[in-house]
Amino acid sequence: MRRGCSILGSDLILFGLFAAVAVMGSLAVIGQKNPIYSVLALILSFFGLSGLYVLLEAPFVAVVQIIIYAGAIMVLFLFVVMLLNVPREDAAEWDRTHPYYRPAPAVLGSALAAATLGLLAWAFSRTPGLGAGVADARPAASSVGQLGRVLFTDYMFAFEVTSILILIAMVGAVALARKREQ
Amino acid sequence: MSGVLDWLTMPQTIFFLAVTGVVFLALQVSAAVFVYAERKVAAFMQQRYGPYLVGPKGLLQPIADIVKLVFKEELRPKAADGLLFAAAPVISAIAAFAAFAPVPFGASTTFFGLLPEPMPLQVADINVAVLVIFAITSMGVYGIVLAGWASNSKYSLLGGLRSSAQMISYELAYGMSLATICMIAGSLSLREIVDAQAGYYFGVIPKWNVFVLFPTGFIAFLVFGTAGVAETNRAPFDFPEAEQELVAGYHTEYSSMKFALFFLAEYINMVTAAAVTTNLFLGGWHGPLIPEAYGWIWFLIKLFVLCFVYLWLRWTLPRFRYDQLMAFGWKLLLPLATINLLVSAAGVLYFGL
Amino acid sequence: MPIGYYLALSGVLFAIGAAGVFLRRNLITLLLSVEIMLNAVNLSFVAFGRQQGSVDGQIITFFVMTVAAAEAAVGLALVIALFRHRESLNPEAFTSLKW
Repeated sequence: MRRGCSILGSDLILFGLFAAVAVMGSLAVIGQKNPIYSVLALILSFFGLSGLYVLLEAPFVAVVQIIIYAGAIMVLFLFVVMLLNVPREDAAEWDRTHPYYRPAPAVLGSALAAATLGLLAWAFSRTPGLGAGVADARPAASSVGQLGRVLFTDYMFAFEVTSILILIAMVGAVALARKREQ
Repeated sequence: MSGVLDWLTMPQTIFFLAVTGVVFLALQVSAAVFVYAERKVAAFMQQRYGPYLVGPKGLLQPIADIVKLVFKEELRPKAADGLLFAAAPVISAIAAFAAFAPVPFGASTTFFGLLPEPMPLQVADINVAVLVIFAITSMGVYGIVLAGWASNSKYSLLGGLRSSAQMISYELAYGMSLATICMIAGSLSLREIVDAQAGYYFGVIPKWNVFVLFPTGFIAFLVFGTAGVAETNRAPFDFPEAEQELVAGYHTEYSSMKFALFFLAEYINMVTAAAVTTNLFLGGWHGPLIPEAYGWIWFLIKLFVLCFVYLWLRWTLPRFRYDQLMAFGWKLLLPLATINLLVSAAGVLYFGL
Repeated sequence: MPIGYYLALSGVLFAIGAAGVFLRRNLITLLLSVEIMLNAVNLSFVAFGRQQGSVDGQIITFFVMTVAAAEAAVGLALVIALFRHRESLNPEAFTSLKW
């Protein structure tokens, strides 16, 4: 791993590569008409992010990102898209409702997104210490053992509450998607 | 540039490239071997001869199959989604090959003293190897689902939908039994898990994870094996391609080399599942009689036995019904794996393993 | 690697996600855009955690992922329920409070 990095010059090239994948993937998600391509583009973007987590010396998060996001949540999305078979059933409506066909909301939306970016840039310009290297100050703490110890001591309450959240989500999803007997 | 050249000519690099190449080739060859073995085993179980015309005892049959597949016409349905239709088999094959990368298949070796330091017989030694394999295998489902969707045919779509539901359901039991073993071994690195299985209990029973904390290790083995068969879409869980119901499921519309890639991926997935099971539960390359340096022989023996069990299952068990499959995964396998995880956690705490 | 790079990337991804929510007229794409925003936040958490040398950033990422999974399950169930009524995924098709 380390040897590979030195061959490629520096982490900067890898960062650029993964960042490009993440940004391109995200752009493709919102630029697609066909939801199935959007889902696939998002998976690509997740792979970029996963690479960035590896660069940040958080391999566990990187793998979990793939297993949970790309391997489970996105399969769920894909399943729903295939089940509803959206793009072909109302393709005409797709054209009518695509943002380029409705200029006013699209302009407003773009303005809001640009404003979000502007606000972030403004906050950025006023933050000191951004040039500090991410790995300079302290050694990485990322072993699974360390993670587990902190998760099951300091974050115990949040962890248990999460289990209730998931139970509620499960019951809610079943109740919502169930076919009602008439 | 000289740095790159130095790196390329280091014995370690050459060894690494050689291991990668050997694994890559061996996986492809193993697919051919198992296609032949599958037909011979099937024939044996059905009291037939199986392939016997091409070559001595039909040994050249896989080569004939490959030649036939290469020269077949490549068909694409008019209504298919071109990009995804072409990408799906590639995704399947890449996921199948990549999943083998973190699997170790032998002890560290200096290769008869040619290497300055012992190198692991493994493509990539990753400290979260178990999770990486899990992640890559879960990518394989996209190949099947996208093939089903892109073919634009009802049989394919049903196969793809079934596959995605099946893989998500069985991944839970799979992950739970993985977690059991990782907890007992105290590591996520396959190499460390295998090394923890060296030696014997009372001088007779090998210290394999099947026998650890009896019966939790054995239950985990059974759950992992069952979920592994379901993950690789083999009978009795071969719903995505159930011939009698779905023609050929997700690859109904595929022909020629695209079909061959799916076929290759299926057999490589089987080999990978067997290799991971060997490493996690059957002590990997540890075994009696053969010295550790030649441990890969034991590894191969165990691998072949497991693969034979896979073939055996396919030709003796009838296919489940779809609702039975879901009920089996969610109502039996998952609770069993979860309770097993809790029991072995208690065991680890009590015995302080 | 300066931390600013990661934060800038995170900001760009968040803005892309926000633009998706503002611009798109498809419920599934809206949910996907929300996922992009959650991931942008995750990235900055992990980057900060790395700078502090602590695991807290990664742990919060796990919680975000869990919530995202729950959100996706409920959100998609809602999408299916809505689609059954209107045969459409356009949010503008669902303007009446009762049907």
